[in-house]
Amino acid sequence: MNTVTAPAITTTYREALRMALREALQRDPRVFLMGEDVGRYGGTYAVSKGLLEEFGEERIRDTPLSESAFVGAGIGAALNGMLPIVEVMTCNFSLLALDQILNNAATLRHMSGGQFNIPLVIRMATGAGRQLAAQHSHSFEGWYAHIPGIRVVTPATLEDARGMLWTALMDPDPVIMFENALLYNLEGELAADAGAVDIDHAVVRRAGSDLTLVTYGGSLPKTLQAAERLAAQNINAEVIDLRTLRPLDMTTVLDSLAKTHRMVIIDEGWKSGSLAAEIMARVMEQAFYELDAPIERVCSAEVPIPYARHLEQAAIPQVETILAAALRMVK
Amino acid sequence: MTPDPELARKLLHEMVRIRRFEEKSAELYSAGKIRGFLHLYIGEEAVATGVMQALQPEDAVFATYREHGHALARGLSAGAIMAEMYGKVEGCSRGRGGSMHLFDAAAKFYGGNAIVGGGLPLTVGYALAQKMQQRIGLAACFFGEGAIAEGEFHESMNLASLWNVPALFLCENNLYAMGTALERSEADTNLVEKAASYRIAGKSVDGMDVLAVLEAAQQAAQFVRAGNGPYFLEFRTYRFRAHSMFDPELYRSKAEVERWKQRCPIAGFSARAISEEWLTPETITAIEAEVAREIAQAVEFAEAGTWEPVEMLTRNVYTARVQPE
Repeated sequence: MNTVTAPAITTTYREALRMALREALQRDPRVFLMGEDVGRYGGTYAVSKGLLEEFGEERIRDTPLSESAFVGAGIGAALNGMLPIVEVMTCNFSLLALDQILNNAATLRHMSGGQFNIPLVIRMATGAGRQLAAQHSHSFEGWYAHIPGIRVVTPATLEDARGMLWTALMDPDPVIMFENALLYNLEGELAADAGAVDIDHAVVRRAGSDLTLVTYGGSLPKTLQAAERLAAQNINAEVIDLRTLRPLDMTTVLDSLAKTHRMVIIDEGWKSGSLAAEIMARVMEQAFYELDAPIERVCSAEVPIPYARHLEQAAIPQVETILAAALRMVK
Repeated sequence: MTPDPELARKLLHEMVRIRRFEEKSAELYSAGKIRGFLHLYIGEEAVATGVMQALQPEDAVFATYREHGHALARGLSAGAIMAEMYGKVEGCSRGRGGSMHLFDAAAKFYGGNAIVGGGLPLTVGYALAQKMQQRIGLAACFFGEGAIAEGEFHESMNLASLWNVPALFLCENNLYAMGTALERSEADTNLVEKAASYRIAGKSVDGMDVLAVLEAAQQAAQFVRAGNGPYFLEFRTYRFRAHSMFDPELYRSKAEVERWKQRCPIAGFSARAISEEWLTPETITAIEAEVAREIAQAVEFAEAGTWEPVEMLTRNVYTARVQPE
């Protein structure tokens, strides 16, 4: 990852995303941002706040509540020389645009025999934890990772919030970026000269030798906390941040497993048919004999995310549940 | 509109070319050479022919799954289309698309979309990019009247009008969405009014009269090119054949089909061209002969084509960066 060569600044995930947007808009006239309330309102999560004043209405383009049409329009603009960034307020609403994403963005290149590229980035918020109930709290990144023809990235750190966008824009194919809404306020240090990062590889966020915790997105901070608590009990967990869910970097996962021989996967998607299930399946196929214990999964409960706080918290991965799964495994 | 002999010849040639190509396709489908779904354009030839005559090379075209006629009229070779339907790598989409997904980047022909209404948002975005890059050239989108029931139609009309983009919306109203008649699917069957409700100017045109189509498309294209925003054209037309090759046509009467066949765009234009002395009977015979030769060559080309090696199965899902070709 980045080597810190410049003084660090204290910032947030939200601001890091905004820096990335600003840089992209400054750097390339083909870049523009569109979506619901990205302009006057400043972005539902205030990510694009101030950009309208800086770049104007043409490039910070408010759209009506027409997910299918404006995502499709992003695809059409990408077909025609632009580098659009389309913000879909939350992944829950992206289902209204699923036809465009799957049947056009992911498919046109192949269906045309490779004649067209769709250099489009779609950003959307994902995840639960703010008592927004079932229509605002689901995690669909695992679903999208099922689709050949798109790339799925899940920035979980300030560096990735700052650096993934430009790399995604330079990718000739459509990229969907999932921003877990609980991360927007994440505060930390970021190198003042932080810039584009690689989006091909998973990263070891914490080195360890006793077991491997594989996660991504909003579950990364929880997993790192669980790893700290394990360390207090002399259990040394390695934490892998997948970063990109499609295509999966299994090399990093399997290298870690070859060292630890134990694995817990933490994924905020529903357990059935989840990304965690896919990783488990690949481990079975590719590294079955490395395993000293069955893999465990900490996923969301099989329930639409409920409103009541205690129920919502019980439905999604938590430090305690990650910790419990890890302890069961090493005992 | 009175065409000069050259234009009259061109229009008739294009319509005959589409008709004979489609007839051959039906034959090859029965012979098992073409598989999948096959939607024939027979009866609707005047629409694609007239519209394409009004478009320029810098314009982009988005089409439906009944798009052989659009592709031919846009200048894709009959051989590349036929090879595509054979599933050969020499096809215009390398055999990955088939009948419903004909593409050609050089011709700015953006397919062949088999999700009804799916091309409309793409057209709006393409046209927006034209405007943002201050390029000349409009984005034209064909769709059937069935698409008007889709939410994407309404979302796209609204966006196109709101953003004042250079888009030309071309509704081919052949009265049936598969087997569902327009009056059974729309509470209000006045389609031009629907566009007007989004403040999009529009007009309803006789889609069986190639000259009426051409004239309306020229005026509409001029309107769009002048920066007046999008324009909507409804072409009243009819498909003489079944929806696809699997359709027993239970939803319409033979008498109705026969009535429309009396208005065949090719027979009608031929007769008029002779009586008005735009064309001679000899010219019409010569057109038929030229077209027959072209189609025979297209079939030969498709027959001689090759199958893409199965080792190439996963190519072109991603660009080479991710998956080396």
